[in-house]
Amino acid sequence: MEAVKLALEVKSLCIGYGDHVVLQDLSFTVPARSIFAIMGASGCGKSTLLHALIGLLRPSAGAVLFRDQDYWSLDDAGRGRIGRRFGVLFQQSALWSTLTAAQNVALPLQLFTRLDATAIDALVELKLSLVGLTEGRTVLPAELSGGMAKRVGLARAIALDPDILFLDEPSAGLDPVASERLDQLILQLRNGFGVTIVMVSHELPSLYAICDDGIFLDAASHTAIAHGAPRQLRDGCTEPTVSAFMHRTDPVHAGA
Amino acid sequence: MAELNTGRGWSASGDAAGVTISLEGDWTGPEAVVEPGIATRLVDHDGLKTVAFDAARLGRWDSALLVFLLELRRASLRRHAALDEGGLPESARQLLSLVPQAMPAAPATPPRSGLLASVGQVAVDAWTQCVAATTLLGAVLLRGGASLRGATLMRRTDLLAFMQTAGLGALPVIALVNVLVGAILSFMGAVQLRKFGADIYVADLVGIAVVREMAPLMTAIVMCGRTGGAYAAELATMNGSEETGALVVLGVPTSEYLVLPRVAALTLMMPLLYLYAAALGILGGAVVAVLTADVPAVAFLDQLRAGVTSSEVLFGFVKCITFGLFIGLCGCRIGLAAGRSSADVGSAATRATVTGIVGVIAIDSVFALCAHALDF
Repeated sequence: MEAVKLALEVKSLCIGYGDHVVLQDLSFTVPARSIFAIMGASGCGKSTLLHALIGLLRPSAGAVLFRDQDYWSLDDAGRGRIGRRFGVLFQQSALWSTLTAAQNVALPLQLFTRLDATAIDALVELKLSLVGLTEGRTVLPAELSGGMAKRVGLARAIALDPDILFLDEPSAGLDPVASERLDQLILQLRNGFGVTIVMVSHELPSLYAICDDGIFLDAASHTAIAHGAPRQLRDGCTEPTVSAFMHRTDPVHAGA
Repeated sequence: MAELNTGRGWSASGDAAGVTISLEGDWTGPEAVVEPGIATRLVDHDGLKTVAFDAARLGRWDSALLVFLLELRRASLRRHAALDEGGLPESARQLLSLVPQAMPAAPATPPRSGLLASVGQVAVDAWTQCVAATTLLGAVLLRGGASLRGATLMRRTDLLAFMQTAGLGALPVIALVNVLVGAILSFMGAVQLRKFGADIYVADLVGIAVVREMAPLMTAIVMCGRTGGAYAAELATMNGSEETGALVVLGVPTSEYLVLPRVAALTLMMPLLYLYAAALGILGGAVVAVLTADVPAVAFLDQLRAGVTSSEVLFGFVKCITFGLFIGLCGCRIGLAAGRSSADVGSAATRATVTGIVGVIAIDSVFALCAHALDF
């Protein structure tokens, strides 16, 4: 096996809305089978970066390389082919509101595989069981609780057995136990299916528990100011902003 | 008895008491999914005691393998055979451990209700709707009265903005519809009246029909589609994003802050739109009468002044105000009562439009009956 196989490579990425620069000259690599954290304070462009990685927001410069292909140089069809290798769990779950929970998971399988209905049912059953959704499979998303909707969203994200799973604040709005369970599930999905996971999060416990690489974005400099696993950043990073974030202290009052 | 069985990526061997399933090669992608039922048949015989695995030659795998293993596990559970997962890769065992042993229970289907219960439910629902709508009407009228004295939470800018979109914004479409309706009436009337040499009475026909019926009705129908549906969609979206909830928590009644400005704007604009619509309807009729029925324009106007009395205009006015109140309340009520999904927004808009149009026509016929009885 190769020493470092890359799942995703980002080269000098710049993202902005009009004249407003959100991120500039951002470069990093995501090793295959890693759990990669995009960290940073609120408003530093974490979700914006994620949108550029999954194809919802065109960067103003730079490249996102997936299997050595520049994602943004492809046409819509090409991006769609790559996008089907991505699984995305959106912050608000983004379930399709006219479909039941099970139908939400089944739709990608119906659209992009030639499996018959019983095989799709079996796969849907598996994915919903994996995420621990034992009831409420036939109800519409409006009737699901936030935690259940999140699980259905995750089941939908892994419906097509993606190569990379993008999670936008997966544990936001979950209780500590559910959050811990989700962490374990993410670990097991990585260990079992070998999927690479890129997650935006500022839940320190889950960052320390499961992430083995990451970047820290800074709102002031519009780029990454630290690279490494959250645990290493906590223990070894001398950058005051990073250290304050990792230790949950307020840099303004900490020195007083 | 020797059992031999094989398929893509797997082969089973063993005897009546124990089966060993060897997994080999890659199990990735949708094409690797084994057709449901095969795994069940593999272990579905009497006296089976153990099911074991040999995964020494297993390559990469994904959900396809898990689906197969899951079916095997459930089938062996039904046969009370022991499933020895020791031969499987550790990571696969971990993922399988997340899945509950037993099949999930089928969701309970609600008992079917009888005809009597359904009819009763419909009646109760209809009554509840009636009460809610009447309550809203009462609240809006009360708060509207209070707002005349200046005691209101309604924002003046909201009211003006709604008046602009409901009034000014509707002018082009109302002009088009009413000119055409006036022209059609005039054309049809002239053809019939000419047979009796009574061409000049086309002015009475167009005037009375437009002022009394067509201008109020057409304006109301346009406003149902344009404004009633929009109100319902707007409020339903606000419901979905908990904007209405945020108002209620602050103690701001939605009937006053959201419904009153919309209903008031529409009710105030409808009479003005009616005058505009009636004028344009008559204009359309007059142009057609002059061009096709050779009625001189002066004669048309003269006849019109004799035929259309001020009570006809008053009747139209009253109807329009009622229609405006009804359309506004109907749209707001349906929007506020809507569910929270995006489909609910669409169905609320549809319902508001359809209910509005049907209701307007029903109210119009009530007006016609009353006017007849009162000889108005």
